[in-house]
Amino acid sequence: MSHSGIVESRTFNLPVDNIDTDQIIPGLFLTTTERDGLGKFCFYSWRFDEHGEERAENPLRNWDPDTQQILVAGSNFGCGSSREHAPWALLDYGFKAVISSRFADIFRNNALKNGLLPVQVDDRVAEFLLANPGHPVRIEISSNTLTVDGLGAFEFPLDPFSAYCLTRGIDQLDFILEHEQEISRYEQQHGK
Amino acid sequence: MSEPSQSATTLFEKVWRRHLVQNQTTEAPAILYIDLQLLHEVTSPQAFDELKRRGLKVCRPDRCLATIDHSTPTTPPDSQGVRHYHTPEAKAQVDMLHVNCADNGIELHSWDSPNRGIVHVMGPEMGATQPGMTIVCGDSHTATHGAFGALAFGIGTTEVGHVMATQCLLQSQPETLGIRIEGDLQPGVTAKDVILHVIGAIGVDGGTGSVIEYFGSTIRAMDMESRMTVCNMSIECGARAGMVAPDDTTFEYLKGRPMAPRGEAWEAAVEDWSTLKTDPGATYDRLLEIDGSKIEPSITWGINPGMVIAIDQAIPAGDSATNRDALDYMQLEGGKQLAGEPVNVVFIGSCTNSRIRDLREAASILKNRKIAEGTRVLIVAGSEATRKQAEAEGLDRVFIEAGAEWREPGCSMCLAMNGDSANPGDLVVSTSNRNFKGRQGRGVRTILASPLTAAASAITGCVTNPREFMEAGA
Repeated sequence: MSHSGIVESRTFNLPVDNIDTDQIIPGLFLTTTERDGLGKFCFYSWRFDEHGEERAENPLRNWDPDTQQILVAGSNFGCGSSREHAPWALLDYGFKAVISSRFADIFRNNALKNGLLPVQVDDRVAEFLLANPGHPVRIEISSNTLTVDGLGAFEFPLDPFSAYCLTRGIDQLDFILEHEQEISRYEQQHGK
Repeated sequence: MSEPSQSATTLFEKVWRRHLVQNQTTEAPAILYIDLQLLHEVTSPQAFDELKRRGLKVCRPDRCLATIDHSTPTTPPDSQGVRHYHTPEAKAQVDMLHVNCADNGIELHSWDSPNRGIVHVMGPEMGATQPGMTIVCGDSHTATHGAFGALAFGIGTTEVGHVMATQCLLQSQPETLGIRIEGDLQPGVTAKDVILHVIGAIGVDGGTGSVIEYFGSTIRAMDMESRMTVCNMSIECGARAGMVAPDDTTFEYLKGRPMAPRGEAWEAAVEDWSTLKTDPGATYDRLLEIDGSKIEPSITWGINPGMVIAIDQAIPAGDSATNRDALDYMQLEGGKQLAGEPVNVVFIGSCTNSRIRDLREAASILKNRKIAEGTRVLIVAGSEATRKQAEAEGLDRVFIEAGAEWREPGCSMCLAMNGDSANPGDLVVSTSNRNFKGRQGRGVRTILASPLTAAASAITGCVTNPREFMEAGA
């Protein structure tokens, strides 16, 4: 399944630094053996109390999934565990991209494998977006560009291989499998 | 994307280059060969499903090693021999790993295995973890294995599937961060205090994009258990991996372990492993120097592992939104002492601190003492082998007589997904690796600490400097 290459939407802000994977999806929900349907657990402890009732201070209460598909968060988004359940949950919940001034490595990797775009911006852009909730933005994969209405267009780091795979619908496992001969040769040469 | 040169190289570069099936180019990442994949029940089911969907098999089951640890109960089976899982889903997840391993011919250490344990405790104990290897697991604390001079890192489930199907991963070469720690540690200061101090110094994202190599006299003097504790928490400053160059301490630990080479193969392996070190003149992208002799027993006060203070230091003031959020969640006041704060639960366990050295340290303080009334103490060995060793040394008696619960091996309250959790609002002194909000149960407040500090806090029922219980000169 290939990505259309463009995400255009208003933003939704969670102005918190170091949002870790336990916040994105608590460990308690990791007993699933599926990758689908995890949106209901996304930011679970922020949204619900211990009885499963919505919390009065739920920061996602006013989020509109139809028009706000880009999450803007504080720095170091996705730190913590390697659980791919985090991007699975964010995507299923309704986000298509996350903008932050910094991403944790494993989260970034997992997000890209699933078509959730990690858009890393400098502090000035992050501060602008955090100060302007619900701002219209446009993300284009082919040019690694984030266009922020009224502020400008900014390049964000995206390795060409991930961009290529996303937009062409290239499966990374198929790509490795194409190198079967090289892998066998390596195994023979190195006594593996 | 620098050209490989014949000049001085770092430990990381040596291991990286040995595993390149295909070099990194401007268009595509490197194809990196993986020597060993460790598997557990939580992050593997969707990967096995994906292989099945594509009609693929695990290509090198001999390079996989599986255990059950995250979802498993730490209470013993009932009189009928039945284990009571926290939820039916937890049991289903474990059952699924049994089926998947049987279908693919993967060695699984389940309930009946004398080796079963937390994946990052079991691998080294079995001798599966060896210098110079590339090791992955769907678990961010895979960095633990770097203590042996392996390049070991956590991956997501999609990549778990890639390794199952091809024994390879697509990887971009990370940067290197050298952390040099020199000097003798003071009494009461352990590897846990060292790594907490490091994370406190560089911050929760200070290692992002990097592989850390720890070196210097402080690291050299450490045993393997301590080095594993240090490497384990590399991910808590965002690093991809942590490594220590192998030496005689490493070889001594590995010799004779079930999966370690034997006879002539052992001699050849040691000769090869001895070359795995950073050459004089090799440089890291960044270098950090730390005076090990100045490190104090250290603890966290906030909601991420970078929020660290020396145990007798005051809690930082709420001078930023992040700090205010942390103080608010932790129900603490900036500027006050954290030592003396009442503790509800003490947890001694996890892939960070559940090895024999950790249990001996805890026992050294708990021996002939009683746990404070009203404080619950869980002690969870990292593996069956560690549990057996601890019981042979009588440590279980020390713990039980002090009033602690001596549980069966597993991840337990580190991430509290097996039902071992604390109550809302509880303050937990924990030897684990993450103090994120709600990590050990909804509303639970976690303080990360060493086994010594955890044991001292168990006795007094409040956050306590372990030196109060250590004999002079110890």
